[in-house]
Amino acid sequence: MKALEITLKCHKIVGGYGEGEALVSREPICFYLTDPKTGVVRERSHELAGKSLTNKVLVFPSGKASSVVQIDGLFKLASNNAAPKALIVKDVETVLIVSAFLVKVPLVDRLEKDPFEIIRTGDFVRVDAEKCRVTITRK
Amino acid sequence: MYLTKEEERILNGEFGEGTRKAMELLVAIGDAYDAERMIPISRAHAASSGQEGDLYFVELLANGGAHCRVPTSTNPVYDVEYFDSLFEIPKDEAEVARRVMEAYKRVGAILSWSCIPYMAENIPLYGETVAFSESSATPYVNSVIGARTNREAAQSALAAGVIGKTPEYGLHLKENRKGTHLVKVEAVLKDEFDYTLLGYYVGKKIGYGVPVMTGISRRPNTEELINFCAMSNVPGAISMFYIPGFTVEASTVEESFQGDVPKDKITVTDHELKQAHDELQTTSGKIDFVMLGCPHYTLKQVGEVARLLNGKKIYDGVSFWVCTSATAKVLAERIGYVDVIERAGGRVVVDTCIDEPCWIVYKDKVGMTDSPKCAYYRRFKEVIVARLQDCVEAAVKGKWG
Repeated sequence: MKALEITLKCHKIVGGYGEGEALVSREPICFYLTDPKTGVVRERSHELAGKSLTNKVLVFPSGKASSVVQIDGLFKLASNNAAPKALIVKDVETVLIVSAFLVKVPLVDRLEKDPFEIIRTGDFVRVDAEKCRVTITRK
Repeated sequence: MYLTKEEERILNGEFGEGTRKAMELLVAIGDAYDAERMIPISRAHAASSGQEGDLYFVELLANGGAHCRVPTSTNPVYDVEYFDSLFEIPKDEAEVARRVMEAYKRVGAILSWSCIPYMAENIPLYGETVAFSESSATPYVNSVIGARTNREAAQSALAAGVIGKTPEYGLHLKENRKGTHLVKVEAVLKDEFDYTLLGYYVGKKIGYGVPVMTGISRRPNTEELINFCAMSNVPGAISMFYIPGFTVEASTVEESFQGDVPKDKITVTDHELKQAHDELQTTSGKIDFVMLGCPHYTLKQVGEVARLLNGKKIYDGVSFWVCTSATAKVLAERIGYVDVIERAGGRVVVDTCIDEPCWIVYKDKVGMTDSPKCAYYRRFKEVIVARLQDCVEAAVKGKWG
């Protein structure tokens, strides 16, 4: 069966290119509450609890929790090569921009269609922030 | 985003590499929000943390010769020598903290190391444009004082302090300061801890937004407002809120919403507050430590601890900590509060926060606090959240429940 492929325009926030398997979270994410080595979400009540963010293209509504911990969380993941490959969000916020800027993980928003309707966990997603383009491939 | 000639020159590195990096970050943020221009700020608060991400950026700026153009205060790190003498801090952790504190000094920051800078060291006035990070300070400055700040990160606030400007977006624009959610408070708010629970519940329920609260009949005090600000940013991101009649920017509900209709309405009764409290009671039995002052206790709160501990003795084997600001501690010593707390077996410590690596000794211990924020980041095995009076009582008995 032929793979289904869709390309959507987006808005670049932090530039670069990243690709990987999509991981979709309907809940906001705090990078500090993940294991810094494995990227596994350790927030007990989170819908991604037990799943790893490492090397994923993360689709989530927004960041959360204190400004201090969010950045250190993503920074630790990046130092251990355990960060996500790219970030797709709905609501951008400053703390998340700074976090992605410091560790140089591409961050985009304003997809021309609702990412939660188009992207499913497990899809292969290429985020080309420089060209403002997100390509989704589903087997 | 439009840049002036001078801003272009900063971005081209004519004022040094550190200043260029600061500008680069501000421009990235401005572009992300489609800001039209940069606007001057009068002060900043950088939520330094003494951890790796913090170190990376402040050293990048300091090593590049950047220097703060406007007063820029700092958040808690910890006194490495003091904690090392008590607990033996891992060498690499201690090194990070030392370097962070040294780099903030080189960059010309106000070394306040406190999360409540608006109480003494760096106080904005109504209408001032500022860049305050620290998720509990942002809503306080916006809502209680009526200055204007976005929910900054430590790094964007520091960059703004260095440049003396911030991109004009978000909460700097009046239309973005309008209420989004109507919160009918039917619960009776008796004390500071009720505001803690209210903040926790509202933050969790709304997530991201500007709540407008009605039904509060008694004027909230400073500490109650600090608690609401801090706790609503634990499960949520509340950078601004209104209590018409008590907060400064709008005197009526209609004015708070700028004539718009609320996106959603929620009601908070005693039942919801009790539920929030139950959720935070993770365990009972023997406790190893009590941790107070998240956010930093004000002088009044340190005094309240002294009153509750006066003539009492903390149970053998229970550590009792009160975190506060350096300025509050000077007065607490002068008044005699510190002496009373120390005689009971407790300690009053400055410049630090529960979320610093200096507390590693309690990693596998059970503690108690009056702050859900203290419990949330899971540095400890278990942390029970209860009223201050209950924390003190448990510290004396050595157990809770």
